[in-house]
Amino acid sequence: MSDVSGPTAEPVPGASGPAAVTAPGLPAAEPAVTTPVPASTGSPATRWLGVAALAGTAAVALLGLLAAPADDVQLDAVRIIFVHVPVAICTYAAFGLTAVGSLMWLWRRSVWWDLTAHAAAEVGVLLCGLTLATGMLWGRPTWGTYWEWGDVRLVTTLILFLIMVGYLAVRSLGGGEAASTRAAVVGLVGAVNLPIVNQSVNWWADRTLHQQSSITDGKLEDLTLFTLFLGIVTAGLAVLWMMIHRFRIGWLERDLQTAELDAAIEARRAEAADLETGSGAVATRRAEAAGSSPDAGVSEP
Amino acid sequence: MPGQAPRRSRILETWRDAGLVAGKDLRVEWRSRATLGLVVPFAGLVLILFGFALDADRPTLRLAAPGLFWLTALFVTVVAAQRSAAAEAADSARRMLLLAGVSPGAVFAGKAAAVAVQLLAVEAVMVAGVLVFYGVRVESVPLLAATGLAATAGLASAGTLMAALVAGSRARETVLPVLLMPVAAPVLIGAARAFDAALGSAAADGWRWLSLLAVFSVVNFVLGAGAYGPLAEEA
Repeated sequence: MSDVSGPTAEPVPGASGPAAVTAPGLPAAEPAVTTPVPASTGSPATRWLGVAALAGTAAVALLGLLAAPADDVQLDAVRIIFVHVPVAICTYAAFGLTAVGSLMWLWRRSVWWDLTAHAAAEVGVLLCGLTLATGMLWGRPTWGTYWEWGDVRLVTTLILFLIMVGYLAVRSLGGGEAASTRAAVVGLVGAVNLPIVNQSVNWWADRTLHQQSSITDGKLEDLTLFTLFLGIVTAGLAVLWMMIHRFRIGWLERDLQTAELDAAIEARRAEAADLETGSGAVATRRAEAAGSSPDAGVSEP
Repeated sequence: MPGQAPRRSRILETWRDAGLVAGKDLRVEWRSRATLGLVVPFAGLVLILFGFALDADRPTLRLAAPGLFWLTALFVTVVAAQRSAAAEAADSARRMLLLAGVSPGAVFAGKAAAVAVQLLAVEAVMVAGVLVFYGVRVESVPLLAATGLAATAGLASAGTLMAALVAGSRARETVLPVLLMPVAAPVLIGAARAFDAALGSAAADGWRWLSLLAVFSVVNFVLGAGAYGPLAEEA
């Protein structure tokens, strides 16, 4: 069994070599230069996490669709609560994590937090899309409309979704640490502006169709409540599973880039050393290529 | 009192630097006549196209005038902020400015102020356009002016920050609107409602919206002044 502990040590910026080319919590890779990328981002811990999330999903589906009673007013439409509420909670948790990660990147230049922020943002955008989609599906039978401009939470969540799509757009442009800094600023600007957005929509719309929290006011029946909590836990597990995998992909991507850069620098150094001695293979090949036939191309390492 | 005098002089210096940067940007704009020759026609065009889109229906236009006005102002912000950042992109001018010892906050403040002045100039023309083409009447000049100032400060701050953010990246022209428009949503909502009251097109508590616009402006100005340094170092 390989080590499944999470990444605890901060990598030294610019650190390289075989030791660095190992995703945290993954089976240790073979020497970096030959096989820098493990075959999978899974580890025993994530496999168990995945199995638990799958089992939980099956249980929530069974309980929610068959066992839990239909609502007196909303009838069977209420069953979407078992997806909508857990996904919405996870959305806000993921975006909160993005904001924290952005701050830690700007403050401490922590690569671990930078990758966490990226992973959380990507999963968060997916969850936010699901929140909006399931909310609209729920709104149609209960409110009579897919979209209601007058609803504060709906409109605020949509704007949050758009801001975070912008975050991913900045990430997708590439650019190494510069992209991390840009994205971190977007994440923070989004987080800081969100209360203002919410307040503006609140005054503008001045009403909400969203019901008050049904969980705390004791309106839900026991089985419904249990299924809802199970749904929240299950969604949390699934989100954690996705985020760990996304984090490890980011980590490996970064290490691969570092390894490629190191290899390129090493090659240039070797070339320079060859040229200095004057009898190096590259220098000889260069001279041959310059002197004779054009098809004797320079093949650099 | 030792320690206080240097601090005060440093603050004064920051403001003076901001003024110099703003003056430089405005001089560049004035000499190129880009605001006058390109941005003002662009704003007028958008306002007129809204008239076509809404079937030149006077009552509808009058009702929608505040929203259309600020949507146009948002489009103008994208153009102006883009131009402002592009001026620093050539020949690593932004890095040179910081190497010269100008504090990042001062550079941001100066650039945001220059964008705000341009926006105000364009908005003045747009108000005339809305009065003529949409047939609205001004009911409260103080509210109109105060809203214009607060919303413009917010748009200029957020726009300058976002344009600085994308300055060094690929496809910046495409990314800037995607980033700026959702963040600027409160300005669009708040300034349009305050204009509703100022132009009498709908009943709204304009002064309450003005406070929201002021908070937005201050928050985004502080964010921009703080983030400009790290962003400029990376680009």
